Amino acid sequence: MSDFTVSSSLTRRLGARIWSSRVDYLFLVPGMLIFGAFILYPIFAAEYFSLLNWSGFDANAKFVGLANYVELLRDPFFWNAFGRSFLFTLSTVPAQMIISLIIAIILNNKLLKLSALFRTMIFLPVVTPVAVIGIVMTIMLSPFNGPINMAILDIGLLSRPLDFLGDPDLVLWTLAAIYVWKWVGVTMVYWLAALQTVPAELYEACKLDGVKGWQVTLYVIMPMIMPFAIVIALISAISALNVFPLIMSMTQGGPYFASEVMEVYIFRYAFATAGAIPRLGYASAAGVFFGLAIMSLTILQVLAVRHLRNREKPHAA
Amino acid sequence: MPHDARVAIRQPALSPRMRRVLISVVLAAVCAVWIYPLLWMISASLKDNAAIFANEGLIPGQPTFENYVRAWKEANIGSYFFNTVFVTVGSVLLVTIASSMMGYVLGRRRFVGRGLIFALIAFTIFVPQGYTIIPIFDLLTRIGLGQSLWGVMLATCGGSFVIFVLLFAGYFSQIPNELEEAAKMDGVSFVKTFWYVMLPLARPIVVTVVVMQTLYAWNDFLLPLVVTLANPSIRTLSVGVYAFRGENFIDWGGMTAASTISILPVVILFLFLQRYFIDGLAGAVKG
Repeated sequence: MSDFTVSSSLTRRLGARIWSSRVDYLFLVPGMLIFGAFILYPIFAAEYFSLLNWSGFDANAKFVGLANYVELLRDPFFWNAFGRSFLFTLSTVPAQMIISLIIAIILNNKLLKLSALFRTMIFLPVVTPVAVIGIVMTIMLSPFNGPINMAILDIGLLSRPLDFLGDPDLVLWTLAAIYVWKWVGVTMVYWLAALQTVPAELYEACKLDGVKGWQVTLYVIMPMIMPFAIVIALISAISALNVFPLIMSMTQGGPYFASEVMEVYIFRYAFATAGAIPRLGYASAAGVFFGLAIMSLTILQVLAVRHLRNREKPHAA
Repeated sequence: MPHDARVAIRQPALSPRMRRVLISVVLAAVCAVWIYPLLWMISASLKDNAAIFANEGLIPGQPTFENYVRAWKEANIGSYFFNTVFVTVGSVLLVTIASSMMGYVLGRRRFVGRGLIFALIAFTIFVPQGYTIIPIFDLLTRIGLGQSLWGVMLATCGGSFVIFVLLFAGYFSQIPNELEEAAKMDGVSFVKTFWYVMLPLARPIVVTVVVMQTLYAWNDFLLPLVVTLANPSIRTLSVGVYAFRGENFIDWGGMTAASTISILPVVILFLFLQRYFIDGLAGAVKG
């Protein structure tokens, strides 16, 4: 390519290149319609909505600038929900990852004939709709005649039933445990995939060198699957931040807002106003604030991973 | 060689056979606890409410299907079921076609704007649903689909769409060029090459996308809840089961029956497709 190409010929060449890939662009149309309408547009529209005082019922949306954000940052319920979303994520992700890793390591054992069956059983809660899990778990945990409380009382562990979902100090942890129970199956599959990338020769080499049992797992396998851990943690964290369906179908954020996470807060202001006027603009502001917080954390994490990789490179080479 | 990697972890004390039995017994116990809530649900759905509250064992003394009849009639499970099937089938078809086409072009072709699309996808991949739900709701209302199943179906396509596109793009980019070139030499058109040559090659990803989108659409809650708030007749199963709960929390038999009905199709589908599904997911993590 010549350095002295004039701009008009550049434009023409660009035009020709675009024209030559017209079939490619046609192929993109259906996908870009979905992507544009239901992913890209909402992301940008939310910022605009967040600057409005708007009930959604009529066209009377009033531009109020950053007023929604000012109010938001002063609302203790917002900060509680915001913090709770991250607390929920920080408590469920490590638990989910460690439990599923242990299960995956056991299921990866060649001696185990029934591992497909076990894998299926662990995976069943993943396939079960959250609304159903909400019902079943509410019944299971009921302080009146619920099977779990009955079992606890029968064993004599406690003298009176625990109100797992009605006790403000207990409710978030109960929900976290159910969340982990439901989703461990997915993380287990990710770990199994990671474990299958460990070459068989490595196990043989361990045998020859006399490295045994848990030492193989700890010193050989773990370092090899660590790169996967970062990806798995990221996927799990994003899913934990979207815990809305489970909380909605079990406690609706209660009792006394003790399990209200960000999405429940947004839903409450936008759609579940119970007689009061919906505040779509205010709810949008909460959504944008939350979304931007997550995105900045994601970017930070990506940068951190890149930094770590760059540092490792000399050793790898 | 994936399966060769599954080598025994050596411990001196027990024979391999004993160890296998021991591990299996422990795992079986863990799995039993794991699926106990679901077994309990099925068991309760076959009992009358008195028997459920009496906390008899897991095997119903006098099994009855009366709960199922009541759930089907009172909770409108029948119509919710067909609403969910409509949303699920429609969105799975649309998403599979659109994401495979987009993934194919992004994974194998070079054109102006490709980098920009990839950048936009990377930017949107971790956006929480709470961030986008209000504009989506507003958009559906504006285009006249605010209170319709078509709206739910279309918007449900957005759920994991970018991840599916990335899956297809990654898979297609690894297929060697020869096949495509051979087809080109034989004068097969671009569209036909995609449809008859490339798409069949990507079957593992197609199955993964079909199963994942089915799970997502069948499970989706926030979107159908928001869209059907003012119109209970177009509720989906998730929302219907949730609403039934609100109205009849005392009827444990009816609720467990309604719940069992709503998990059956996905569980059956999963049991048939699980091999492809788990392998496909595994492939996606590796890639």
